[in-house]
Amino acid sequence: MNANKKLGVFIASAIVLAVLPFVVGSTLGNSWVRTIDFALLYVMLALGLNIVVGFAGLLDLGFIAFYAVGAYTFALLGSPHFDIHLPFYISIPLGALCAALFGLLLGTPVLKLKGDYLAIVTLGFGEIIRIFMNNLNAPINITNGPQGINLIDPIQIGGFSMGKTIDVAGFALNPVHMYYYLFLLLTVGVVIMAYRLQYSRIGRAWVAMREDQIAASAMGLNIRNIKLLAFALGALSGGVAGGLFASFQGFISPESFGLLESIMILAMVVLGGMGHIPGVILGAVVLTIAPEILRDVIGPLQMHTFGRMIVDPENARMLLFGLAMVIMMLTRPEGMWPSKRRKAEFEDAKKG
Amino acid sequence: MDIFLQQILNGLVLGSIYALIALGYTMVYGIMGLINFAHGEVVMFGAMVTITVISLLTSAGVALPGPVLVLIGLLVAIPACMLLGFVIERVAYRPLRNAPKLAPLITAIGLSIVLQQAAILIWGRNYIPFPPILDHETIDVFGATITQLQVGIVVLCISLMVGLLVVVEKTKLGRAMRATSQNPAVAGLMGVNVNTIISATFVIGSALGAIAGVMVATNYDQAHYYMGFMIGLKAFTAAVLGGIGNLGGAVAGGILLGIIESLGAGYIGDLTGGFLGSHYQDIFAFMVLIAVLIFRPSGLLGEKMADRA
Repeated sequence: MNANKKLGVFIASAIVLAVLPFVVGSTLGNSWVRTIDFALLYVMLALGLNIVVGFAGLLDLGFIAFYAVGAYTFALLGSPHFDIHLPFYISIPLGALCAALFGLLLGTPVLKLKGDYLAIVTLGFGEIIRIFMNNLNAPINITNGPQGINLIDPIQIGGFSMGKTIDVAGFALNPVHMYYYLFLLLTVGVVIMAYRLQYSRIGRAWVAMREDQIAASAMGLNIRNIKLLAFALGALSGGVAGGLFASFQGFISPESFGLLESIMILAMVVLGGMGHIPGVILGAVVLTIAPEILRDVIGPLQMHTFGRMIVDPENARMLLFGLAMVIMMLTRPEGMWPSKRRKAEFEDAKKG
Repeated sequence: MDIFLQQILNGLVLGSIYALIALGYTMVYGIMGLINFAHGEVVMFGAMVTITVISLLTSAGVALPGPVLVLIGLLVAIPACMLLGFVIERVAYRPLRNAPKLAPLITAIGLSIVLQQAAILIWGRNYIPFPPILDHETIDVFGATITQLQVGIVVLCISLMVGLLVVVEKTKLGRAMRATSQNPAVAGLMGVNVNTIISATFVIGSALGAIAGVMVATNYDQAHYYMGFMIGLKAFTAAVLGGIGNLGGAVAGGILLGIIESLGAGYIGDLTGGFLGSHYQDIFAFMVLIAVLIFRPSGLLGEKMADRA
């Protein structure tokens, strides 16, 4: 692609992204704008996990724990629960920092583990965090237990709150629209960070470690440091997304941070194309939007064809989702949009 | 009542069930080097099918003693789960045998979601009580109590484990399994049909899983579509704890994990001055796991493996 064409694509996608919430909001309704907001959150999460799994090759099944840490930090620092109301520009970085510290906390003991052992320890770590959130309401009430934390402050810039609908030149600007632009901004930031990392010295060090740890350390790489850095940076983006989630949703409970969520994010990375940034973004968007489409389609379709509900739509949705995961992996194990390197590796493996 | 002894006994019951499930994980891992994420769902199906068969029989007015009814239920559930295990391997794992490890992990997770949803379709989302056909008569052991049913569970678990060890160590099938786990390609050259052996491994593991599922259901008096998840996770933890791929290790890890968990749940309140309660039971499994892997990354009975690039 030459520079002009690139610029054209860039401007076109910028315009599409800028008007997207209004087009979708006026044609499909604001619940779909909300879904798009979530898709952006998941893009951030998936890119964070991609650093750990895709770049550094460390299989992490407890990634949601960092999202949870970010969300709870934000919620505790901005809700009536402790009656602390810090502005977001303090609590979101703090949440990200806390998440990164938890990343180091997880990373340090598992430095020597790899593959499935690492997977199961990270999974256990995620569960431990969730269990603590569920139970830290007694004897000192920190997390409010299974009820979760309510009435979390929306993001406020000066006297301007993103929690209420406002009128801008005759346009009703809903919270979902405002959050969309905020999320978009931060997502673009995370994408840029991911690209910069990928082609940096650190990114190349991660790839070297992923491909052959012994050779990498023989070349003088400090495996310990780059592994910890991968965990911390992945956790950092998880923490940012968590803080945004808490303010967007206004309510969090341990239920949002179960293993299934970790698996979903991993599935986004793997189904999209592990280690390939555009692929991961595609995976996150498809896996957020597709279940919502199914939710809208399955119920009416059954009413239309059979005249009554045969299968509970929620049930059918998950069933199809699981099947899609299986079929996708069987037919295209390299993901929807793999990087050139990975594609070549798979083709080599097929030739045997 | 002696709390210490009581917790040890409870842990033994729980641990032998973990061990039985852990065997399924460790066998598959030993041969193929992957986590069979759907194994927990096989356990769940075993429990569900047995309960269904028993309720059908009792509502049809069949008046047989409780244990016989459970046995009939098992005779249906075991083949059903064996078939399920066979199908899981064929659909989710065989086509991906040469793919990188993450691909079969994702199919396994996908399949496990499918099986859970299928269970909701068949049995609904609610807890299903185990039919009240077994009496829970208790036996006193030095001030602690254990039910006859629990004694039965432990005895059955131990005999199944011994049986499995005999199969693996003494029979031709077992020798082929061990050969395949060491090197599938060479085993194939020696005339072992690797595909059959892998299928057999899944089928045997699933049969053990079905029995374990019924034990869980009788022990807790209920079954649920989601029950396979936590118990599967803990059983896998047990397998790793003992040294994955090692049958004796899975048994030792399972029993140890069960005992640690119930001792932990029994004493955590006293130890922390009431700060943490017994609902933290579930974290012990993971704490122990992390501790073991830090100090002995290959598990308690696992062999030290050289780094393979």
